[in-house]
Amino acid sequence: MPRVTINDIEIKVDAGLTVLQACEVAGIEIPRFCYHERLSISGNCRMCLVEMEPSPRPIASCAMPVTDGMVVRTNTPMVEKARRSALEFLLINHPLDCPVCGQAGECDLQDITVAYGANQSRFQENKRAVPDKDFGPLVASAMTRCIHCTRCIRFSTEVAGVEEMGATGRGENAEVGTYVEMALSSELSGNMIDMCPVGALTSGPYAFSARNWELRHTETIDVLDAVGSNIRVDSRGNEVMRVLPRLNEDVNEEWISDKARFAYDGLKCQRLDRPYVRENGRLRETSWDEAFAAIADRIGKIMGAKGRKIAAIAGDLACCESIQALKDIMTAFKSPHMDCRQSGAQLDPRVRAGYLFNTSIANIEDADLCLLIGSNPRYEAPIINARLRKRYLMGGFSVALVGSKADLTYSYEYLGSSPHILEQILSRSHMFAELMDVAQKPMLILGQGALVRPDGSAVLATTRNLANKFGLVSHGWNGFNVLHTAASCVGGLDLGFVPEEDGRNVAGILQGAESGEVEVVYLLGADEINTTELGSAFVIYQGHHGDAGAAAADVVLPGAAYTEKDATYVSTEGRVQQTHLAVHPPGQARPDWMILRALSHALGKKTHYDTLEELRAHMVHTNAVFAEVDVAAANRTARTEWTAFGTTGEMNASPFINAVENFYMTDPISRASKTMARCTNTFHVPYLNITGTNG
Amino acid sequence: MLRDSERIFTNLYGHSDWRLRGARKRGDWDETKEILVRGRDWIVNEIKASGLRGRGGAGFSTGMKWSFMPKGTDGRPHYLVINADEGEPGTCKDREIIRHDPHKLVEGALIAGFATGANTAYIYIRGEFHAEALRLQFAVDEARKAGLIGKNACKSGWDLEIYLHHGAGAYVCGEETALLESLEGKKGQPRMKPPFPTTVGLYGCPTIVNNVETIAVVPEIIRRGAGWFASLGRLKSTGTKLFCISGHVNLPCTVEEEMGIPLRELIEKHAGGVHSGWDNLLAVIPGGSSTALLPKHICDTLLMDFDSLREVQSGLGTAGVIVMDKSTDIVRAITRLSKFYKHESCGQCTPCREGTGWLWRMMEKLAVGDARIEDIDIIDEVTRQIEGHTICALGDAAAWPIQGLIRHFRPELENRIAAHDLTIATPAAIQAEDLPEAI
Repeated sequence: MPRVTINDIEIKVDAGLTVLQACEVAGIEIPRFCYHERLSISGNCRMCLVEMEPSPRPIASCAMPVTDGMVVRTNTPMVEKARRSALEFLLINHPLDCPVCGQAGECDLQDITVAYGANQSRFQENKRAVPDKDFGPLVASAMTRCIHCTRCIRFSTEVAGVEEMGATGRGENAEVGTYVEMALSSELSGNMIDMCPVGALTSGPYAFSARNWELRHTETIDVLDAVGSNIRVDSRGNEVMRVLPRLNEDVNEEWISDKARFAYDGLKCQRLDRPYVRENGRLRETSWDEAFAAIADRIGKIMGAKGRKIAAIAGDLACCESIQALKDIMTAFKSPHMDCRQSGAQLDPRVRAGYLFNTSIANIEDADLCLLIGSNPRYEAPIINARLRKRYLMGGFSVALVGSKADLTYSYEYLGSSPHILEQILSRSHMFAELMDVAQKPMLILGQGALVRPDGSAVLATTRNLANKFGLVSHGWNGFNVLHTAASCVGGLDLGFVPEEDGRNVAGILQGAESGEVEVVYLLGADEINTTELGSAFVIYQGHHGDAGAAAADVVLPGAAYTEKDATYVSTEGRVQQTHLAVHPPGQARPDWMILRALSHALGKKTHYDTLEELRAHMVHTNAVFAEVDVAAANRTARTEWTAFGTTGEMNASPFINAVENFYMTDPISRASKTMARCTNTFHVPYLNITGTNG
Repeated sequence: MLRDSERIFTNLYGHSDWRLRGARKRGDWDETKEILVRGRDWIVNEIKASGLRGRGGAGFSTGMKWSFMPKGTDGRPHYLVINADEGEPGTCKDREIIRHDPHKLVEGALIAGFATGANTAYIYIRGEFHAEALRLQFAVDEARKAGLIGKNACKSGWDLEIYLHHGAGAYVCGEETALLESLEGKKGQPRMKPPFPTTVGLYGCPTIVNNVETIAVVPEIIRRGAGWFASLGRLKSTGTKLFCISGHVNLPCTVEEEMGIPLRELIEKHAGGVHSGWDNLLAVIPGGSSTALLPKHICDTLLMDFDSLREVQSGLGTAGVIVMDKSTDIVRAITRLSKFYKHESCGQCTPCREGTGWLWRMMEKLAVGDARIEDIDIIDEVTRQIEGHTICALGDAAAWPIQGLIRHFRPELENRIAAHDLTIATPAAIQAEDLPEAI
């Protein structure tokens, strides 16, 4: 370990650190603009200059590796002058428009100027003005403010994997932008806003809506995909103003997808803020009591085996608390018909390892081979795709895909789209088997597209065989991964919200509703089903958005969205995480578990819990995984079992189709979002071909 | 004055054949194999002993640089890159070598490539040197055909392929790491050092970047021996050097002379003297536009070598001597250089990107006196804020000419400001002749 002396303090640091990092270890802050831990080093802002013996000139600490016996000083007049100089140069062409700048209050340039800058400018000339760029509907630009740190360029090329940004021009005429004037085609583009140390790139939808010091921060998690990205919801009054990522090295590092960041405006549109009942074919506003009475009345009228005529489906955004409460009601009625696999994915609830992303997101970095099956992680889970790309950039990582061809931002071997390729690999008649044989830590990712098929269970079983045969599951390593797209699915499976013996699954419930065998269907935020198949069944919809489910309902119970309740979700890697209330649900809407608890009273099947704590204790009782919060399945003390799952059978030859067709609209919230609608218009392929005279 | 027998570049003026036949007559490619047979270390030590310093401007010891190349190989190839992107204003030596003595360069490339373990040499030639590039390509092809380079070059067992790459007109691509970036097909922006090119250079492999003149003198040094080269010149600046004399002289020329020659001798013997005589001299920029100018009283006794010029706070640079007589508007001249550096800044790092434009704009004001006296101190300080704070030396190059101007011509700047103030402060109505006699 090299021994370095920083400001007369001698410390030992890890070899390979830079001087800047060593200073951080020593507790000395070095101001910087271009340096960022997760990006390559460019060393161009010259803000981090420090004095190093015996160099007569100050050195860029971000790029200088530490060596043994190095003597560094950060508090000398030379360093002070260097910092003041760099700031003076940055500010001569930086507009002093902080009062109207969206970054003000959280601007690196502001903060560092206050700490290290001079108090007045000696610059007498005209300032430079730079035309703004059009980066699309998400990222707003004010390029005159740009200080050319190139973080956005490095982010887009390195992390997002789209080589669309760069600096054109030379010297003081250098401009950062897309080489070709175009919107940034990345589903991670919003992170550039966080990367930008000044107000050159700001959030388009958030622009001029709030000042950051007015905002209340709530640390919570995102549920618009199954990754469980850690986010911070910033709110003012009872309104969500913006969503930012929160650091979690094991999950999202410090990135979030554009949907997680920008779909929040969907929380303000199409909201269900009071109960409704259907009268003469129309939904009529009503009170909670009336709504409950209507439900109790209808259930009371069911003749014969009541339980067998009631069914429930949990949607993609349902929280574990409400799933547990709904399950308790269903159990009280002795109904076996319930399902949380809204898409119809043939996941096997018996074996937890059979429906989890077992490797865990962080451990992707240890893998050396990845086989993608029926999945496009770029749109199903951009954060996981970013991690795959990170692994790819480290080198020695072969990726192959069975499914539909797509640009994943890294190169892969395309094996084809037919499930039979899996059999060929299994029988070693496919070339790829050789690569799988030599891989030390191989992994596979099974997408929902491969499971939402009539033969999904057979695909699952075949994939399991594949995992067994090629040593994907060994001591301390499980390379079998199911990539979920719904935040509720793993939690629902963990809580056993699946058909009981001779119960109906989603397809069966819809079939029963159509034929009249099922008389009451409870939709817990289920909007992705074909509601025309509900037939004449009495439909109760509990959720937060007036989407497909509410339109087909006879009684609508207004619930809370993920930003409006304390709720539990289990991510695709089996990580139990909790959201926290940032704003209150609108109008008469209530947290979902409370609605179900109240309903249970109205139905005369009282739940035995009255508080959230009691309900959560009950969930732990149902499944012990809920006891450990924020731990991925891969890191749990109790190892997940690896017993048989899926059903062996014939797979048909039809190609795998990806589960997510339009990344920007996958759930009721993003469908209600204007921003996501604009993104769909800008980026979604069918719209890209629209001409001016179209339609 | 250097005797003809001591000259390395014997066809500098193109009086005889530049092709292989002519070059052979002048002694090039003579027993090159025997040189290579003596081994890599011997060559590197010989160059070290000769005291040869890089001719591209910085003057780093060539032998030392070569010895930094890894001895063995870790699987990565080694590269030799020859910097022929001669863009320093006032400099035209590499162009003459390529025009009239290209085989010196090609042979030097083989020896240097062998000495540094490189099987591939790239010559990055300035895009504007179109005719020169054709000629150099001809020489390379000729040498390859004759078996002097290519596979088993000169039957020595060593392979060396030479490729020519044309620049696209950016001054900064003459900076070695920007040149490597450009050669890789990227935007020509200097890299951070460390790592130095000898560790991580072209395509991430160990690379030696040398100036054309440095490489071209190598064969002659090896043939005549390090002792011969070291006996010429003075102290730590050994050997001979091409000087390019331009500006207000009667016979502008490029000439090979011994290091340490007095500037006055150089100008009067080779360049026909300053217009209207030595006393008409105002100042000299001794080493290409980026070195600080020197006024006449320093030039009177100045010796042209690395250390003497350093002592007077200037530099030998590329030895592009720009002579300015008393008809020169010295402030305007430096302002023009300032504009050049503003135009050529790559825009990567802050002090240079923002500072060069600021300097130029202030210089434009100073040139007409439209400034305050304290602006002179501000501009001087701004140059010091740029100098040494940038990734590459372009920041220094932009700073030094202005520092030189302020150091030696501050009264001139102050006079201009005073004169300008007078025209502003004194309306036409009360100009001197109209004043009442009482005053």
